[in-house]
Amino acid sequence: MAEHVLNAEGLNCPLPILKAKKALKSVPQGEVLKITSTDPGSVADFAAFCNQTGNVLVSSSTEGKIYKFEIKRT
Amino acid sequence: MLDKVSQGDLENAKSMSIIVTKGTLDWAYPPFILATTAAAMDVKVSMFFTFYGLSLLSKKLDLKISTLGNPGMKMPMMGMHMALPNIVSAVPGVDRMATTMMKNLIKKKGVASIEDLREAAIDLEVQMIGCQMTMDLFEMEQKDMIDGIEIGGAATWVDIATKSDINLYI
Repeated sequence: MAEHVLNAEGLNCPLPILKAKKALKSVPQGEVLKITSTDPGSVADFAAFCNQTGNVLVSSSTEGKIYKFEIKRT
Repeated sequence: MLDKVSQGDLENAKSMSIIVTKGTLDWAYPPFILATTAAAMDVKVSMFFTFYGLSLLSKKLDLKISTLGNPGMKMPMMGMHMALPNIVSAVPGVDRMATTMMKNLIKKKGVASIEDLREAAIDLEVQMIGCQMTMDLFEMEQKDMIDGIEIGGAATWVDIATKSDINLYI
């Protein structure tokens, strides 16, 4: 299983969401997209994004100034 | 198969319409940010461009801001936040300077350009409708506008709005 990664660091709202949407298109169902961002707003936004689209937010964490998300495509 | 499902085909898709009435650089952001984000969240989005908003459909975008009559616009400058007095805003060249400053800030802060957001909206199959009456009024032609848009009037928007979960006027 190939790893699916999206670097959204340095991007501001709504670009991390738009890039994630695009990236998820090439992620097979059931597999996970790993995202990193620096936008503090993306913490709430990725939760909302998953809430609406039905994709699963497997994890959301912070490492220094980097926000990390794992989204499972459904 | 799932990849081919566009947002319009989703049975449970929510829908949103936005009336876009303003054509300045700053006011172009809210409609395009909300439209692209909603579309990315599987919401079916329609944008109706009227009056000054119609210029946002022009092939070539040349967006500007004006500080005139805008005391709420406080730009970070020399370590503080400054709003310009109207008498300064009215000086020739000040709006151009403010526009350049804003565009530099947009780049520096990783904010998308309106051109990028508009392209994203097209990719995400956002429906864009230009107002026929505005085209007549300001003598604008469809050949000067981007491809893929539709032309319609108030009734077109009302028809969409009555079926939409969210209707915004910006």
